[in-house]
Amino acid sequence: MEFQYTIWIVALPLLAFLINGLGSGKLPGKISGWIATIAIGISTFLSYQTAFQYFSSPSRDKIIAFKTTWLRFNDTLHIDLGVLLDPISVMMLVVITTISLMVFLYSQGYMKNEKGYDRYFAFLSLFSFSMLGLVVATNLFQMYMFWELVGVSSYLLIGFYYDKSSAVAASKKAFIVTRFADLGFLIGILMVSFYTGTFDFEILTNPDNLSFSTTASFLGLSTITWALLLIFMGGAGKSAMFPLHIWLPDAMEGPTPVSALIHAATMVVAGVFLVARLFPLYHAFAPTALEVVAFVGAFTTLFAALIACTQYDIKRVLAFSTMSQIGYMMLALGVSGYGGEEGLGYTASLFHLFTHAFFKALLFLGAGAIIHAVHSNDIREMGGLRKYQPITHLLFLIACLAIAGIPPFSGFFSKDEILAATFATHPIYFGIAVAVAGLTAFYMFRLYFIVFWGKEKTYDHTPHEAPTIMLLPMIVLAVGSVLTGFIPFGHFISSDGQSLDLHINWSVAITSVAIAFAGIVVAWKFYKTESDSSDKVARSFGSVYTSALNKFYIDEIYILITKGIVFRLIAQPLAWFDRNIIDAFMNLLAAITNWISSQIKEFQSGQVQKYAFIFISGVLIIVLSFIYATQ
Amino acid sequence: MVEQVPLNHALIITTLMFFIGVYGFLTRKNLITMLISVEIMLNAVNLNFVFFDHYLFPGKLEGHFFSLFIIAIAAAEAAVAIAIFINLYRNIRSIDVEQVDKMKY
Amino acid sequence: MNILISHIAVPVLTTLALMFASTQKQVRTIAAGGMTIQLIQSLVLLYLFLQERAGGNDAVVLFKQSFAWYPSLGISFDLGVDGIAVAMILLTSIVIFTGIFASWEVDKLYKEFFISLIVLAAGVYGFFVSLDLFVLFLFFELAVIPMYLLIGIWGSGPKEYAAMKLTLMLMGGSALLVVGILGVYFTSDVEGVRTFNILVLGQHHIPIEMQRIFFPMLFIGFGVIGALFPFHTWSPDGHSSAPTAVSMLHAGVLMKLGGYGCLKVAMFLLPEAAQEMSWIFLILTGISVIYGALATVVQTDLKYINAYSSVSHCGLVLFAILMLNKTASTGAVLQMISHGLMTALFFALIGMLYSRTKTRIITEMGGLMKVLPFLSVCYVIGGLASLGLPGLSGFVAEMTIFVGAFEHEDLFHRVATIVAVSSIVVTAVYILRVVGLLLMGPVRNEGYYNFPKAKWFEKIATVSLIVGILVIGLTPLWLSDMIRDSLGTIVDKLVLK
Repeated sequence: MEFQYTIWIVALPLLAFLINGLGSGKLPGKISGWIATIAIGISTFLSYQTAFQYFSSPSRDKIIAFKTTWLRFNDTLHIDLGVLLDPISVMMLVVITTISLMVFLYSQGYMKNEKGYDRYFAFLSLFSFSMLGLVVATNLFQMYMFWELVGVSSYLLIGFYYDKSSAVAASKKAFIVTRFADLGFLIGILMVSFYTGTFDFEILTNPDNLSFSTTASFLGLSTITWALLLIFMGGAGKSAMFPLHIWLPDAMEGPTPVSALIHAATMVVAGVFLVARLFPLYHAFAPTALEVVAFVGAFTTLFAALIACTQYDIKRVLAFSTMSQIGYMMLALGVSGYGGEEGLGYTASLFHLFTHAFFKALLFLGAGAIIHAVHSNDIREMGGLRKYQPITHLLFLIACLAIAGIPPFSGFFSKDEILAATFATHPIYFGIAVAVAGLTAFYMFRLYFIVFWGKEKTYDHTPHEAPTIMLLPMIVLAVGSVLTGFIPFGHFISSDGQSLDLHINWSVAITSVAIAFAGIVVAWKFYKTESDSSDKVARSFGSVYTSALNKFYIDEIYILITKGIVFRLIAQPLAWFDRNIIDAFMNLLAAITNWISSQIKEFQSGQVQKYAFIFISGVLIIVLSFIYATQ
Repeated sequence: MVEQVPLNHALIITTLMFFIGVYGFLTRKNLITMLISVEIMLNAVNLNFVFFDHYLFPGKLEGHFFSLFIIAIAAAEAAVAIAIFINLYRNIRSIDVEQVDKMKY
Repeated sequence: MNILISHIAVPVLTTLALMFASTQKQVRTIAAGGMTIQLIQSLVLLYLFLQERAGGNDAVVLFKQSFAWYPSLGISFDLGVDGIAVAMILLTSIVIFTGIFASWEVDKLYKEFFISLIVLAAGVYGFFVSLDLFVLFLFFELAVIPMYLLIGIWGSGPKEYAAMKLTLMLMGGSALLVVGILGVYFTSDVEGVRTFNILVLGQHHIPIEMQRIFFPMLFIGFGVIGALFPFHTWSPDGHSSAPTAVSMLHAGVLMKLGGYGCLKVAMFLLPEAAQEMSWIFLILTGISVIYGALATVVQTDLKYINAYSSVSHCGLVLFAILMLNKTASTGAVLQMISHGLMTALFFALIGMLYSRTKTRIITEMGGLMKVLPFLSVCYVIGGLASLGLPGLSGFVAEMTIFVGAFEHEDLFHRVATIVAVSSIVVTAVYILRVVGLLLMGPVRNEGYYNFPKAKWFEKIATVSLIVGILVIGLTPLWLSDMIRDSLGTIVDKLVLK
C-alpha cells in the first residue's frame, strides 16, 4: 500500500499560505479565499482517501509514509520531518481537514467585507498546515515544531483585528501562556530523549523496547514521571486545562470562524492528542502522571462548566464549554488502562474528541451567524432570534442536543463511553462527570433559550438569516453531529490496536440522559421567558456565583504574578541594577582612573625649576644609593 | 719641579662650582641668571675633564677636546636660549621663570 | 589568487577606491559594488568549501596559505578556514552588504563613513581567516578601533560617552587578550622556534598551572566583546548611540568575534583549564541569558531592547560553548549566525523606523502595521525568529544548544540548562510586548499616514537578511553538518569528564 501522496495533505495548505501571504494585497478580488479553500478541499479529499485506505486493511500498524532528516543533533538524536500514519493520526487528519474545509467555506461569507481578506486566508492556511503537520508528526520534536507553529498561527489569528487593543492583548496572552506551557513540553522532550536516546514515536510508543538508563528520582517521583508531567504541561497549555486555561476565553477576540476552527475543534485538542500519542509511555512508565492527567481533567471540566453557567458573552460561554469538554477527554485518558476493555477510556476520549469537533464547530459557526446578524456578542442583547434565523436556530438546537448528550445525537454516544470508563474504577470522577453532564445541558440551553426564545430585543436593523455559503458548512457539520455517534469507533481506534466493541452501558446512559434532561428543564424554566427568577437563584448562591462570574479570579491572580511580581519586582529592579550597579561600577572604574590622573597631573606644573629640583634630587638619590651599595 | 696640586683639591673646586651652579639654577628667578648658572655647571664639568685628563691620562688629549666641544656647544646653546628669552620677553614682558608655565599639564 | 586573501583584498581595494570618489552617489555605488563582490565571493567560498569536503578533503583547515612575516619570533601570516570560519565569513558578508544599503542615506561625511565601515569589515574578515594568534589579534584591534570613530562622529545621543565607554571596555578585554596570547606563546612546549600558529599550538601541551592563569584571561578577554555578564554594559550604550549600520555590524558580527575566539582560542588551546573552570563561566553566562532577557522586558527604547536581548542571546552562545560538547558547540555557532542575522535585521529596521518617526521610545509609537506594512511585517518576522519559531533560524540554533546542554546529567548542568531554557518564555514576552506596542493597536498619530513607504534600498537590506534567516531555518542540515565536522578537532580535546 502506498501512502506517499499523504505528504500533499500537509503541503497543499502551506502552498496556499505562501501564495496568499506573498501575494497579500496584490491578488485580485476574493481569489485568495478560493485558493485556500481549494487547497484544503484537495487535502480533505486526500485525507478521506487515506482514511479509507488505512482503515480498510485490518492492520493498525504505524506506517511511515514519508520521512527526511531535517536536523542532526548528534549520533543518535535527529529531527525528522515526515508523515506517520496510525489510527489516531488518520482520524485527526479527517477531523482537521473536514472542519477546516467547512470553516474556510464559511469564512468566505463571514469575512467578505473585512479588510485583510488575503491575510486572513493566508493565516488560516498556515494554521491548517501546522495542525496537519502536528498530527502526522513522526517524532516528538517534529510535533514540537508544528506545535509552536500552531501557537503562532493562533496568535496571528487572534490578533487579526490588530488595531483593536483588546485583540492585541488577547493574542499576546494566548501566546505567552501557551509558550510558558511549551517550556515544560520542551524540557520534557529533552528529558525523555536523553533517557531513551530517540524522539521517534515508533520507538517511544513501544514501551517493551524501551529501557531507561536511570531510575534517579527527584522529589519522590522518578525522572521519567517528571518528564511526562512536563510534557503534559505543554498539552495542558494548548488544551486550556486549569490553571493554564486563562488564554482561551480571551482568545475569542479573534474572528468567530477562527474560534470555531482553532479554539474549539482542532488546536485545543492537541493536548489530548499529545497524551493519546504518548499514551503507552504514560501507562507503562508513569501511572502517577496519568493520575495527574485525570485529576486535572476532572477539575477543569467541573470548573469550566460552573463558569460557563454565569457568562453573558456568547463566545465565552462556548469557550468555557470547550474547556469543560476537553477536560472530559483528559479525564477519560487519565483513567484509562491499556488494552482490551481496560482501554475503554482511551477510545472514549478520542471518540469524544471526534464528535466534539463537529458539534462544537457547529456551535461556533452558529454563534458566528448570530453575531453576524446582531453585531453583538452579549446574549443579553439577543432574544427571539428563532423568527429571524430559522435555519440557524434549527442547526444550533441540534448542536445543543448533541453536546448535552441527548440520544441519538453524537455527543450522547461518546459521553456515555467516557462515563462508563470512569464508572467502574473512579466513583468520584464519575460523580463529577455526571454533574458536569447536567451543567452542560443547563448552560447550553440557557444560551439557547436566551438567544432564540426570550424576549425580543430592539435591533438596529432586522437580523437576517446567514447567506448560503455560511449555512452550507453548518448543515454539513450538523449532519456530522447527528451521525458520527453511530460510527463503530472502537473498531478503528483503541489503545492497543485491537478492535474494541463499544456498547452502551444502560445504567450509566439512563442516569446521564436523565440528568441532562433535568438541566434542560431548569434552563427552560429560567430562561424560556425572560424573568428575574434566575437572578434570584443566582443571588442565593451568593459568593459562589460572583466568583464564577469573575472566573474564580484566576485572571487577577495571573495579573498579580506577571505584572506585580515578575515585571515590577524582578524585571524592573534588574534593569535598575544593571544601570545603577553594574554599569555604575564600570563608570566608577573610569572615574577612579580620571581622579588619579587629575591628582598626579599637579607634578606637571610647568615650573622649570621644580622639574630640575626633582631631577637633581633623583640623580643624587640614585648616586648616593649606588655609592652606599658598593661599600 | 714644582709640586703638583693634588687631584682632590681640584675636584673640590669643581664640585663647589657645580653645586653653586645647581643652587643658582634652582633658586634664581631670572632666566638670564639661570642661564649663567647653567654655564657655571658646564664650566665645572669642563674643568673636571681637563683635570682628569691631566692626572689620569697624561699625554692624551681626549679630555681637552671634550672641553672644547662643550665650550662651542655651550656658546650655541646660550645663543638659542637667549633668543628664546627675547621672544619670551616680547610675548609676556617678563623673563621671570615662574611666569613661564604655559607647558603645564 | 587565494580566495581568502581576496576576502581581505576586496574591502581594502574598496576603501582605496572610495578615497578617490567625490559625490555621494559615487561613494554609495563603489561601496555597494565592492560589498556585492564580497558577498558573491563569500558564496563562492562556501561552494568551494563544500565541494572540497564532499571530495573527501578532510584537512582541519582548507585553502591554507602562509607568509613568513617575522620569522625569528615565529609570527607568520597564516590563512585557512574551517566550516565555522566559512559560516562566519558568509554572515559577515551578508551583514556588511545589508549594512551598506541600510546606511544609504548617510549624508554627513559619507566618504569617511563608508571607509571606516569597510575597514572595520576588513578587520573582521582578517580575524576569521587568520590562523596565527598574533595576526588574529592585530585584525581584532583593526575591527575595534574604527568603531570609536564611527560612533563618536556619526552616532546619536551621548555619542562621545558611548564611543569612549565601548572602546575602553573592549580595550580592557584586549589587554587581557594580549597577556593571554603571550602566555600561551611562552608556555607551550613547542620545540625550536616558538610559534603563534593556532594549529601548531593546539598540538602541544601547556602546563595546567599556566592554563589556569591564562584561560580566564582569554575567556574574559573575548567574553567582553561577546557581552559576558558583568562586562556587557558597553552594549546597551554603545548600540543605542551607534548609527544604524554600525549597530548592525557590531551586534551582528563583532559580538561574534567573542564567541568565535572563546571557542577557537581559549577552549582549543587551554582545554584542561576550560574543563576545570567551565562551571564559573557557566554561572556567569547563565546569568547573562536570563538577566539580559528580564532586563529587556522593561526597556522602552527600541535599541536598548535589542541591545539587552543581544546580551541574552550572546550569553547563550558562550553558555553553549561551555557545555563542552559537539552538539552544544554546533548550536553555539548556529546561534551566532542566527543572532547575527536577526539582530542586524532589527537594527536595520529600527534605523528605518527612526528615520520616519524620529523617536525610538515604543510607548510613543503605535499602529505602525497600518502605515508601514512592509517594514512591520519584517519586524514581526525578525521577532518570531528571535523567539525561536520553527522554520526560522533561531529555533534551529536554540534547540541544538538545548539538546546539547541536556547531554550532561548532573544536577548543576541540568539546573543551568533549565534556567537558560526558561529564557524562551521571557523572550516571547518582550518580543510580543514590542510588537504589540509598536506595530499593533490604533495608529498613534495622523502624521503617520504621510510616512514614505519602504524604499528600494531598505527592501534590499531587509529582504536579504530575511532570506538568510529563512534559509537557515528551513534547511539547517547542511550548515549544522558543516559546523559539526569542523568542531571535531576542538571538542575532541575537551574530553568529557
